[in-house]
Amino acid sequence: MLASIAGNTAGEFAEVAAVLRQSPAFDAVVGVEVNISCPNVANRGLVFACDPLSSATVIALVREKLPRDIPIFAKLSPDVTDIVEIAGACVEAGADGLTMINTLLAMVIDTELLRPQVAGVTGGLSGPGIGPVAVRAVWQVRAAMIEGRIPTVPIIGVGGVRTGDDALQLVAAGASAIQVGTATFNDPTAPVRVNRELAAALQDKGFARFSDAVGIAHSRLDPRR
Amino acid sequence: MSGAFLEPTPQQSVRTPQLTGELIATRRVGAYHHLTFVAPGVAELAKPGQFVAVAVGGDTSANLLRRCFSIYRASSVDKVSSIHNVSSIHNVSSINQVSPSGTHGGTVDVVVAARGPGTRWLTGLSVHDEVNIIGPLGHPFPLPKEPVACVLVGGGYGSAPLFWLAAELRERGCHVEMVLGAATKDRLFGVVEARRSRRAMDGVTVTTDDGSMGIKGWVSDVLTDVIRRCHADVVYGCGPMAMLKSITDVATAQGAVAQVAVEESMACGIGVCMTCVMPVVGDDGLTRMVRSCVEGPVFRGDRVRWDAFEHGWCAVPQDAHGAVAMRGH
Ligand SMILES: Cc1cc2nc3c(=O)[nH]c(=O)nc-3n(C[C@H](O)[C@H](O)[C@H](O)COP(=O)(O)OP(=O)(O)OC[C@H]3O[C@@H](n4cnc5c(N)ncnc54)[C@H](O)[C@@H]3O)c2cc1C
Ligand SMILES: Cc1cc2nc3c(=O)[nH]c(=O)nc-3n(C[C@H](O)[C@H](O)[C@H](O)COP(=O)(O)O)c2cc1C
Ligand code: FES
Repeated sequence: MLASIAGNTAGEFAEVAAVLRQSPAFDAVVGVEVNISCPNVANRGLVFACDPLSSATVIALVREKLPRDIPIFAKLSPDVTDIVEIAGACVEAGADGLTMINTLLAMVIDTELLRPQVAGVTGGLSGPGIGPVAVRAVWQVRAAMIEGRIPTVPIIGVGGVRTGDDALQLVAAGASAIQVGTATFNDPTAPVRVNRELAAALQDKGFARFSDAVGIAHSRLDPRR
Repeated sequence: MSGAFLEPTPQQSVRTPQLTGELIATRRVGAYHHLTFVAPGVAELAKPGQFVAVAVGGDTSANLLRRCFSIYRASSVDKVSSIHNVSSIHNVSSINQVSPSGTHGGTVDVVVAARGPGTRWLTGLSVHDEVNIIGPLGHPFPLPKEPVACVLVGGGYGSAPLFWLAAELRERGCHVEMVLGAATKDRLFGVVEARRSRRAMDGVTVTTDDGSMGIKGWVSDVLTDVIRRCHADVVYGCGPMAMLKSITDVATAQGAVAQVAVEESMACGIGVCMTCVMPVVGDDGLTRMVRSCVEGPVFRGDRVRWDAFEHGWCAVPQDAHGAVAMRGH
């Protein structure tokens, strides 16, 4: 199981990691995803993942609390000016991989009552609409890895995946694994179905191994570009 | 008092069916649409108070979230044959009822108010159209062990699951009275059915806010009298949250137990999204934010933290388990 942890302060992240480490079920944990895409109480509620230094601090603290053989993945927010900078800071602080993307900060107004629709005023936007944002984020970070601007680590692609084809886009942009979130609310079998559809699509296209498709689109740019 | 009830059904070990069901009948009933879908496997498992989660807009729709509806009726295969009989003379299309074109199976009926895009899509469907359905979901109304008197209170389409409940209660020898209320006459659901099915109902009281039918006022205005008249021990309610709160207040004041089916916003209906959490007091006296789709939708009214609901929003009470950690998320 890839456990996801979060906290309101850097110290809370470390505490949650330590509690997880002590859990009798820790044997089932194959990796830990660090959800730094949540508001940092100590920093005016600004999301950790919006700032390279806050991101690196959390990752380094969590890294210390967990055994070396447990990989940690930093989960990034797309709501930043330069996602490559954040990705680089996380990897340098000890992240073994990256998960992209979390939800986009969004807001809806109830037009009958003319007030914010959700009690929290803003909320996270997810689902098919954000698919292209996820593909872009994975693409940019993978490109930086290929160009040697940041160290190369595996990327878990997430955001808007509903079909095998959506997953294939993230894979071709550089994701080595896929998560399915919101689509599950529509179809509880979505993760299993997406996996099946992705395998079929890769087979159709003649890929012998999944890894051959990871980041493939980077080698297929228009040469006139 | 909770001992007076059968234990709520434990989480079904059987897998909840997810299926694509054909619409075989659609008819307008006042402000609502009554839809019948072929839904093999759903009826066999369903109990009054449970609901179905229906996908809307087709496979490529941007409206990804399922819409939840109380099950109004559920008929297993044997009862469906009567629909076939109707359909053999089926050009009686005033009710747009036809036989399912595929294999036969049980059916499930829902009553839908067209509000937003999802419910408008559903009520605009034609017979033979198909929708994806998951159900039955949630915990049903617990039934009393003894043949006690019960009052069933429905607000608007909230009365839909109560007719079926009434029949089950009557089978157990309970005295059953119904109170139906709505803003206006056309938003009442099931008055004719309630009055006609004298065998299933011992009394029916109707209220409307504007007085266009029955007594002018709210269900809570008449509820005290109805409870007293029949010495009810249990009041079942289904309708808007504010109504469920007042039903609980009145029932509790009269020494009766309220069992209410809540209608929180539900994005998945199957327990994975946490949209539907609401504060409910557990057996240990501690308030927890629980998922109303899996732990509800039926709750004992006196266990719901009504104080957390205000202006159509639900807050996390300060004293709820984990409230501090929940802030900011
Ligand atoms: C357990 C349960 C039983 C219900 N039974 C019935 C019924 O028998 N008949 C009926 O007409 N309606 C019923 N509802 C309400 C119905 O689900 C909503 O009216 C419907 O989801 C609104 O969808 P929309 O596309 O029209 O509106 P939109 O506003 O576009 O809905 C968008 C999303 O908001 C949520 N939502 C909006 N309004 C509600 C609401 N009132 N309750 C719950 N979620 C909401 C849904 O998750 C929906 O996916 C029930 C709700 C629940 C939770
Ligand atoms: C209701 C809901 C709850 C979520 N909770 C978390 C969470 O606790 N931690 C986290 O890292 N991401 C959380 N996410 C974000 C998702 O994991 C995912 O990154 C995002 O929704 C984009 O993927 P999707 O379009 O497939 O849903 C949540 C998303 C939704 C819709
Ligand atoms: S509606 Fe998704 S958890 Fe209840």
